[in-house]
Parts: sequence; structure tokens; C-alpha cells
Amino acid sequence: MAQPDAHLHGLDSELPIITTTVEKIVQWARRSAIWPAQFGLACCAIEMMAMVASRYDIARFGAEVFRGSPRQSDLMIVAGRLSRKMAPAMRRVYDQMPEPKWVISMGACASIGGVFDNYAIVQGVDQIVPVDVFVPGCPPRPESLIYGIVQLQQKIARSRA
Amino acid sequence: MNSHQVIETLTPLVPGASYEAGASIDFATLYVPASSLVDTCLALRNTPSLRFNVLVEVTAADYFPREPRFEVVYHLLSVPNRLRLRLKVRASADAAIPTVQGVWPAAGWLEREVWDMFGVVFDGHPDLRRLLMPDDWEGHPQRKDYPVQIRKVPQTYEPLEISEEEFRANLERDRLKRTH
Amino acid sequence: MAELHTETMTVNMGPQHPSTHGVLRLVLELDGEVVQSATPSIGYLHTGIEKTAEQKKWQQVIPLVERMDYLAAQSNSLAYALSVEKLLGLEMPQRVKDIRVLIAELQRIASHLIWLGTHAMEIGAVSMLFYAIRERELLMNINELIAGFRFFPSYIRIGGLREDLSRGFHEAVNAFLDRFPKKLDEYEGLLSKNDIFMRRTQGVGVISQQDAFAWGLLGPIARASGSNYDVRKYFPYSGYESYDFEVPTEAEGDVYARYRVRMRELRECVKICRQAIKRITPSGAWACDDPRVVPPPKDKVYTEMEALIQHFLIYSQGFTVPAGDVYVPVEGPRGEHGVYAVSDGTNRPWRIKMRAPSLLAIQALPTLIKGGLIADVVAVIGSNDVVMGDCDR
Repeated sequence: MAQPDAHLHGLDSELPIITTTVEKIVQWARRSAIWPAQFGLACCAIEMMAMVASRYDIARFGAEVFRGSPRQSDLMIVAGRLSRKMAPAMRRVYDQMPEPKWVISMGACASIGGVFDNYAIVQGVDQIVPVDVFVPGCPPRPESLIYGIVQLQQKIARSRA
Repeated sequence: MNSHQVIETLTPLVPGASYEAGASIDFATLYVPASSLVDTCLALRNTPSLRFNVLVEVTAADYFPREPRFEVVYHLLSVPNRLRLRLKVRASADAAIPTVQGVWPAAGWLEREVWDMFGVVFDGHPDLRRLLMPDDWEGHPQRKDYPVQIRKVPQTYEPLEISEEEFRANLERDRLKRTH
Repeated sequence: MAELHTETMTVNMGPQHPSTHGVLRLVLELDGEVVQSATPSIGYLHTGIEKTAEQKKWQQVIPLVERMDYLAAQSNSLAYALSVEKLLGLEMPQRVKDIRVLIAELQRIASHLIWLGTHAMEIGAVSMLFYAIRERELLMNINELIAGFRFFPSYIRIGGLREDLSRGFHEAVNAFLDRFPKKLDEYEGLLSKNDIFMRRTQGVGVISQQDAFAWGLLGPIARASGSNYDVRKYFPYSGYESYDFEVPTEAEGDVYARYRVRMRELRECVKICRQAIKRITPSGAWACDDPRVVPPPKDKVYTEMEALIQHFLIYSQGFTVPAGDVYVPVEGPRGEHGVYAVSDGTNRPWRIKMRAPSLLAIQALPTLIKGGLIADVVAVIGSNDVVMGDCDR
């Protein structure tokens, strides 16, 4: 593939060369193969499973496998309501993920406490982990979640490596 | 079978118990005094005409300003005779009710949940601790005087289960084991 | 020679684990691969639904109650609606009962499909999950058709249904019912005589009928141990007595028997759905006649004064339910779902308690897996079909 303005750089315009920066390559690699860790808690987990399945295939977007272990994954999709008893476990899973890592807060319960404004639910997981993308819905349709993942990919493209 | 028929069947089997029929629109309801609860349940399970072999649910309702405050409700099912029954036991905030785990093992966690949510103590329960709330939670959430919403920073680290001296002693011991 | 000293190893199958259906924590004591004891620890999804429901009005509780057992959402709302209607003394028109039966059976198919997909996936047949979710997407489309939402339609309300059926409902349901039995044959062909599946599931997690009743396990687990208890036959509700279906039972009580019971139940569901869809007219009554409880249709609200007042009263202050308590059981996909509703005569519930079959299934888990291998733990949890939302509420 030849660059359209290759002649401005003194290159032969028919040569099959792409020029870019290391940072862009690294960010392209990171965003094209985001492997989520399984962190389905409640009903949103079922919509997440539906997203993984054949109709709303998430493997097209790079999330090929859902790793069972957080130590091998880049993304934690917090799918479902987080109760106060589960909060330390979630923090521990987040701490076990290697850098670079991102968090998508899926659903209303993970983002802000959802329908459950009471003693048992943490009102928003961003009280515990830093969140990159919030996906609203109860539960969000699989297309919404895919849109959230695409937004995350664009965020990674924009950010510094 | 309505409530009065159940009381008539039970009264000769459990001496010394005084039952009351409760108002109900679906199936028989009895008020049972806490002292005769276990004998009543054994009679209900073992008598062939009653044969309540499944404990469907144990729950409680908090009628706060009224004393006694709690009503612990037992739902029973008899599969061979196609009958349902509701037993209610009145309890105040510091009273204790005998456990029916010896009659139906299903009662174990159901009573733990009632303890966790309401604070009703079950005498003789082998393992009465928190079920749904974290182990170190204070208060009983489903009581009427417990707030629905609380603003509390979530605890993200579990406390260490051993003390710092023990931790250091373990480190020393492991280091010694590995170097010989 | 020094004394050989063996001790058991404690392994934590933590709250975040691919094979526990949701957030269940199992602390296993292992002697090699053999499980000596297991201690389940629940509560990691406790949502306080029952306490939150006490703050809402009667009809506002329906979305909360649906999110409890999220795979059998409309069974939950059916149980709740039936219990409140019993307190109110309302009688539904026959068409509403038939639609509720159809919805409940479609929900049972959806729930059993997820059970099949995840159970088979954990035993090793990973592609079953994709097949099952593919079928379930058709059911989600039907939900979307009637209520606009895939998962928690809130279509069953107190007093009837939310609104009349949409156009295209009959075609969609009939298309699904024509397609589904062939797919069931395919899935049974994949699993039922599969040597690996049979060896991993036969003889594992055995429970006798008496033990199942002692531990409070009703539903497919009891039916796989020889009982024929089914709430739809023993205490019929919503018109089930007029439908012709069987209750499948098996006798061995192991994981394979539970698998077979649920597969046969899926076929019975299709039978009931076919009978129901024949009786349902494309349009007609969708709620009972009680104006205190059922909001009027929107075109009347915009044109008639009484309808406007009625709509306003229902949605602002709700309706009052006579004081009393009631327990109505419903045959959910996991067993007997019931709602114990206590009213004090106002427009808010005093106490709502949902009976959770999954709680009892997890309580009985240590007796089912003791003496088995770790691999059996996964199979047994899958066969008990536990949903942590139901267990922790």
C-alpha cells in the first residue's frame, strides 16, 4: 500500500511502505486485541454473554477470548450490581490485572447504583476502580456494549502509550 | 384443611401447646408459641394424616411499633397430602426461638438469613452467623428502624486475618526452612 | 523414616470464577482431587431488593422483583402479580391467563436454554453456549415485540398485562415453536449419548427423593429423584389446570437425570405453548376490569376526564391493598418460586419475601459434592442451576 503523498517525503510512491510512529503502532495493537476478564456479576453478565455469542459477535472487535484469570487480561467489564461484600474481591481482581488496563462499567448498577439505592449496593464502581467508559442501560443492549468497547478503542487510540 | 382442623389434629399430639388460628385468605395459618415449636414441627412431619415433609420457607416480618415486634413465619408443604400450612411464631427483639433444623435440614440457612436480616436468635442452631451481609456488618438491615440508604465509603480491603507479629514470625520461619 | 504427614489442601473457588454461576464462593478442602468438605459462602450479590420494595408502591415493585432471578424474570413478576391480585381479590379474564401461561413457558424455555448452554460449556462442550444463545435471541426478539425490552419486559403487571399484544406476535411465536423442536433434537443428539458427557454426569451428585425434600429442593432436582411434584399440577394457578402436559420424572437423582428432566421439560413447554397460542386471540382483553388498579388506555386518557383522573391517581399515589398476608407459589424454572406478601392496608408493601430455590440448592451443595472430585463440583453446580441473584436477592 503506498502513501498518497509519498513523493513529498522523497519516496517512490509505488513502494509498499507505511510510515507511522511507534506510539501509533503500539496503541493500534493494544486496542485491536482487548481481552476482557470475566467479571460478570448479575443480569448484565447475561447480556455480556449474548454479546459474546454469534449474533453480536464481539470477536470481530478483537475481544477474542474472555480470560478466566485477571492476570492475563486487559479489560475488566464490570457487568452487574456490585454489593458491599463483593467490593474487596473486585478491588483485588483489578489489582491483579497487569498494566495497561481499562475498566468498562456496564449497566446502570455499576455506573451509579442503578435501581438499587440502598444499604447493600455500592453506588457506582468508580468509587473503587477508575472507570474509562460508562455504558448505561438496565441491562444495556449488546449493541450498546459494543459501542462502549468501540469508544474505548478510540480512547486508546487517542491516548499516549 | 382449614386452620381449625389442623389445630384439632395437633392438640392431642402436642400436649401443653396452645394454638391460635390466624386470619388467612389462602391456606391454614396457626400461631404457635415458641416453646412448643419443635414438638409441633415433629408432629406435623411425622403424623400420616399431615405429613408435612418439606419446609418451603422461613421468614420474618417486622411490625415495628407493635410488641412483640417480629413474627417468624414458617411455610410448610405436604407433598403426599397436597397441603400447605403457615406457622407463625411471635418474637420480641431479644427473645430466642428454638431452631427446627433437627426436623428439616433446610432450615439451616433460612434461619441464618432471618438472624442476619432481623436479629432473631435461634437457640440450638449450630452455625448462627451472617449469611448475606459481610461478616463484620453491624445492624440488622431489614428491621424497620434500619435506614434504606446509607452513605458509607465501601471497604475495599479485607482486614488481615493474622496479626503483624504472626505475619513476621511466618516469614522468618519460611526463610529458615528454605535455607537448610 | 520420618512420619509421613498428609493434610488436606484448602482451595478457594472465589467469588470471581468462570464456573460458579455468578458470585458464589466455595471453600473446598481437598485430599488430592477428592473433596472432603465444601463450605459455600454467599451474599456477594445481596441487593436488598426486599427492603427497597418496602419503599416503593405496589406496582413499582415489579421491575425490582424481575431483577431478582434474572434468568426467569417473568416468572418472578408473575408470582408477585398473582400474590397481590390474591390480596386484592381480583380475577383475571381467560385471555390474560392464557397469555401469562404462554409468557411463563417461553421464559422457562429461555432459562433452560441458558442452563443448557452454560452447563454443557462447563462440562466441555463449549459450542453449546453459542447454540443456546442463538435460540434465546429469538425469544428476546419476542419479548422486544411485546414490550420493547429484551430482558426485563415488565409486561406482567398487577391487574393483567401492560398493554395488548403487538401485531406479528402470533407469527413470531409460531415460527419459534416450529423451529425449536428440531433444534432440541440436534442438541440432544450432541449430548445425550455422548460418552464424555455421560461419564462426567452419571453417578455424580446423587440425591435421594427424601433428602431432596428434607433440604427443601423442589423443581427439577426433586423430579430427577423420582418425585412428580410440580406446582402447576398440585396447586394450579393462572389456568394451568386446563392445559394438557406431563411432568417428566427420572429416578436416579444424578446430574444426568437432571439433564434429562430439563430436556424433557423443554419439550413439554413447547406443547403448552402451542396450546396457549391457539387460544389467544390477536386482540382482546389485556387486563381485568378494576379501575383502581388498571390504568386506562392512553387514547381515553387524552380525551376523557374520568380516565385522566384515574390515570393520575394510579400513577401518583397507587392503589391500596387490603391488609393481610398471602403466599402464592409458582413453578419457576428452578423450582418453586413464591412470594410472601404482607400488606398493612396502604399503598406500599409492608413486607415482600421471595422464596429462593437457589438458596436451598446451594445449601444442599456440600452433601452433593462430598466425596467427589473437583471436576464433579463444576458439574453439580451447573446441574443445580443456581442463579446468584435469586439466592442473594
